[in-house]
Amino acid sequence: MIRAYLKALMSTDHDTSAPLEVTPLHALHIELGAKMVPFAGYDMPVQYKDGVLTEHLHTREAAGLFDVSHMGQAFLVGPDHATVSRALEALVPGDIAGLTPGAIRYTLLLNDKGGIRDDLMVTRTQKDGTLFLIVNAACKHQDFAHIEANLPQGITLNRVTDRALIALQGPKAVEVLARFAPAVATMDFMTSQDMDVAGIPCYVSRSGYTGEDGNEISVPADRVVELTKKLLAEPEVKPIGLGARDSLRLEAGLCLYGHDIDETTTPIEGALGWTIGKRRRTEVNFPGANIIMDQIANGVKRKRVGILPDGKAPARDHTEITDASGKVIGEITSGSYGPTMGGPIAMGYVETEYAKVGTDIELMVRGKGRPAKIVALPFVEKRFHRPATK
Amino acid sequence: MSEIRFTDQHEWVRVEGDTATIGITDYAQEQLGDVVYVELPEVGKTVAAGDEAAVVESVKAASEVYAPVSGEVVEVNADLEGQPGGVNEDAMGRGWFVKLKLSDKSEFTKLMDEDAYKAFVEGLA
Repeated sequence: MIRAYLKALMSTDHDTSAPLEVTPLHALHIELGAKMVPFAGYDMPVQYKDGVLTEHLHTREAAGLFDVSHMGQAFLVGPDHATVSRALEALVPGDIAGLTPGAIRYTLLLNDKGGIRDDLMVTRTQKDGTLFLIVNAACKHQDFAHIEANLPQGITLNRVTDRALIALQGPKAVEVLARFAPAVATMDFMTSQDMDVAGIPCYVSRSGYTGEDGNEISVPADRVVELTKKLLAEPEVKPIGLGARDSLRLEAGLCLYGHDIDETTTPIEGALGWTIGKRRRTEVNFPGANIIMDQIANGVKRKRVGILPDGKAPARDHTEITDASGKVIGEITSGSYGPTMGGPIAMGYVETEYAKVGTDIELMVRGKGRPAKIVALPFVEKRFHRPATK
Repeated sequence: MSEIRFTDQHEWVRVEGDTATIGITDYAQEQLGDVVYVELPEVGKTVAAGDEAAVVESVKAASEVYAPVSGEVVEVNADLEGQPGGVNEDAMGRGWFVKLKLSDKSEFTKLMDEDAYKAFVEGLA
């Protein structure tokens, strides 16, 4: 039975023949008693001593610290914001030109058919003509090669290899980080600032992947152990592994690249149409724009939806979804137990006629159809910090 | 007098008379992490040694519990359906999964005894 468990943990699409890479926090993870697993080519902590359940709940109640240094960081540099944003907009459907200094946008690298090559965060830094990109670990090499191959003269992509990335997430996260960097307290969600944290020069974003308020911090690799130890010494903070990171993001309704979205899904099928900027829709000049605009006008055959099983049995990735008559209508792309929900939750794709909230469906778990319902996402209300309405 | 034996898949089986009680070992629950769901077979079902007898799920993964011996299911631990965490708290005791009426006692004696299993687990570290 243990074999099955390890197989499930290791079900990431990395090349098993290549040696695993490590982050600058690797030795600290081991010192903290982490269980390490291969993920996206890295040897990463799936959980620490407390386990996935406790780590998940702790993040929703206080503050969880995540090592996400495996993710790809890069600067896209050009002569000015208009020029550099135009270059990136040729590859993504988001409104990059419209970002104000310090603003962050979630967007998608698209292929020519409108399929999603990766999802990423783009920050307009305070330095004119410089964008900061954070992409998924498993995609970073092909993403950066793809971006470079499509850059016009005068714009360069500078991969950042000397910085680690950590995330502090949860209702107490900002309060804790503000002890080391008071300016954090007044930042709005989806903005970024360069600042010293405990005297260490960092890029601090108010953003995250848990549905909670919090920060993501790009730290010089040679000082990340020092900063991580300082944060872990605060009473509200515990280290959190990739296991809880996954259940937290699923409860928040957020996509995991390679599971919920990939090269074969478009932003419209993936319920990510909101990432396509208004101006971009009228310009129709992003990859696959004609296909995507046609889908906006005429609909899609399948859609990403939230799924709530009626019973207690979790339905895992690749579980078949059927209607009451047993006809296959889709597949689960992320399925887990939701610790805050106290029961199983899932996301997946169904044929559009079944995508309406409240529709009864069945999940084929171990050869048996089990009743479930289409529900609205997220499962757990997001608690992002928004500016007060004027 | 009861006797306990183990499999290389980390199940334990305790035999009293012709009744075999089956569970997963403490090592197994430790490896799995927090158990959040247990699926048990129906009473009356016949299983052969090596068949799937139950399913145990942690937050992230589902694992099969294989029957170490053949027999008919005579009782299941329904307490685990409401309190799956019992597997973590007392894997070798009240975290048991199913009871079988043994059909072939010789299957039992072929399994590892406590010392052999201990050595097996130490070899995995």
